[in-house]
Amino acid sequence: MEPKPQKKWAMVVDLDRCTGCEACVVACHAENNIPTVGAKEAAIGRAMHWIRVERYYEGEFPDVRAKFRPVFCQQCDAAPCEPVCPTYASYHTSEGLNGQVYNRCIGTRYCANACPYNVRFFNFYNPVWEKPLHLQLNPDVSVREVGVMEKCTFCVQRIKAAEIDAQAEKRELKDGEIQPACAQTCAPRALVFGDLNDPASEVARLAKSNRATRLLEELGTQPKVIYLERESWHDGENS
Amino acid sequence: MTEKTPNQITEDLLRPIFQTSWKFFAVVAFLGAFVVAAFAAYAYQVYTGIGVWGIRRPVFWAFDITNFVFWIGISHAGTLISAILRLANATWRRPVTRCAEVITAFALSIGAMFPIIHLGRPWLAFWLIPYGSERQIWPNFRSPLAWDFFAINTYLIGSVVFLTLPIIPDWALVRDKAEGWRRRVYTILALGWRGTPRQWARLESAMHIMAIAIIPVAVSVHTIVSWDFAMAPVPMWHSTIFGPYFVAGAIFSGIAGLIIAMALLRKFLHLEEYLQPVHFDNLGKLLLMMSLLWVYFVFAERLTAWYGNDPAEMVVVWATQRGPFAPLFWTMVVCNFLIPFPILAIKRLRTITGTVVASLAVVIGMWLERFLIIVPSLSHKYLPYSWGDYRPTWVEITIMSGTFAGMALLYVLFSKAVPIISVWELKVGKHGVGSRE
Repeated sequence: MEPKPQKKWAMVVDLDRCTGCEACVVACHAENNIPTVGAKEAAIGRAMHWIRVERYYEGEFPDVRAKFRPVFCQQCDAAPCEPVCPTYASYHTSEGLNGQVYNRCIGTRYCANACPYNVRFFNFYNPVWEKPLHLQLNPDVSVREVGVMEKCTFCVQRIKAAEIDAQAEKRELKDGEIQPACAQTCAPRALVFGDLNDPASEVARLAKSNRATRLLEELGTQPKVIYLERESWHDGENS
Repeated sequence: MTEKTPNQITEDLLRPIFQTSWKFFAVVAFLGAFVVAAFAAYAYQVYTGIGVWGIRRPVFWAFDITNFVFWIGISHAGTLISAILRLANATWRRPVTRCAEVITAFALSIGAMFPIIHLGRPWLAFWLIPYGSERQIWPNFRSPLAWDFFAINTYLIGSVVFLTLPIIPDWALVRDKAEGWRRRVYTILALGWRGTPRQWARLESAMHIMAIAIIPVAVSVHTIVSWDFAMAPVPMWHSTIFGPYFVAGAIFSGIAGLIIAMALLRKFLHLEEYLQPVHFDNLGKLLLMMSLLWVYFVFAERLTAWYGNDPAEMVVVWATQRGPFAPLFWTMVVCNFLIPFPILAIKRLRTITGTVVASLAVVIGMWLERFLIIVPSLSHKYLPYSWGDYRPTWVEITIMSGTFAGMALLYVLFSKAVPIISVWELKVGKHGVGSRE
């Protein structure tokens, strides 16, 4: 039997479909046990949202258009966060994910400084869930303690669960079988997840689109999040 | 100055060890209060969480790493200058070297605490040590923080050896003069020093080896500290100039620290006849040269960024030149150049008071420089949506003031235990006695 190609998990974000509803943000909070930090902390910039919807305005009043861009860990192939971690808490998994080992993190916060996308979040205090929110914690995801860095994992717990199921049933993973919480909840289907190394997958097909761009790709980070946009936000860059 | 006899030199320089006034205890209590406050603030931080600091996304380093770089920088005066002056056989160095080497040992110890203080989970700091754990996980040797661990520890051990070697004959001198418990303590410290020609020969060759070896170590340490920044793709950090820029800045702030320490010692320990205007004049000239070098580096860094015109870098450049950080930036320029340059360039102003004023300005300016390297870049990384801000809290300020008081406290305690001016080296310089020659 021919060796199976290594998985390369990727996400496609169709900005032409995104309505900026932020359902993905809520879904991510619920799935990944992300604490809410309270109004006071959020006001000084300590809010934790593994996925955020950046809102930009285009044009001059009255001809103005709002543009939305969901930004989360770009799962870079050449990730700046990984080499700087002195304890290997931030490391590259065999499936190309930027792993974050909470138990190994000592909280230097160097990874967050090195990350050009600012998608890494630090637990400044021990997380607290006000009742009854403590009853809805997801048992598949560990809760992080004070002093630890965290970020989007592409819902690695769902990836692993699907892989184990497929293995038990002695079959290949199907394209679209794995849905991270954000993609699952996205009403306009702006988020598509899959294996970039499988040429038949939807993400591989969409990644070839002439609308495809990657965020800050000029930095050489080789992100695995692909943004689709019909018109560039930047002048003179239509594609 | 009238020539002092060897006995007078011994008596003058050992006086602080044998005589203690109430002022000593007052100073220790005063400085100790700040140190205790800093430890209390740190305990509160560890207990509550590092959220009691003002850091926030995306500014994850601020006062902590500023103080780290600042104190490592201050440490660069001592050993480096002393080693260079020893190798160059500059005779005026004799009363200065030990004051300088002590600064290195203490400033480095304080600076080296910050990488531990600033951790989210400081109780796991030992994971930076490469030890064979049952899980077979090593530190990540690609991380500049792991390089820091080795560089700083090498420099600390080297500096302590470099400081201790020439103290041995002086400890023997104290041993010979002392009685009771002091004699017992200094007998151990003197390591059996008898002053035989063979011992002198060994001491001198050991000092020579250390003086040569410590210079590349000192240069590498601050280069590696600068690489904590330069290795990350952050606007205005990712620069090849950072290594030499940081080394020059470190020596600059270090000389300033040395001048301030010498002036205080001169006043409080009545060392007017040993630390003379000529020493301040010579160090003032060195400070002047470093000030010019510093301006050159800042100019080169800013000019190349401006011509490169990278959008992400230009945001940081303008944030410091005329944006929210401009008041701090121009204060830095005033403190590091506009104040010290005329004072140090004009011979009439290059007095003890003049050099101390210039040095105080430089210490403030160089602290600001480190802050301005870290915070404006982190708060203006690529995506404007996630730009941020930073304000320190009382916890950070208390810890920082504790480090300054702690430095002074360690210095005061040290000058109680060790002659702060090398007695035997001074005698060799003045009378040619004490050495085998």
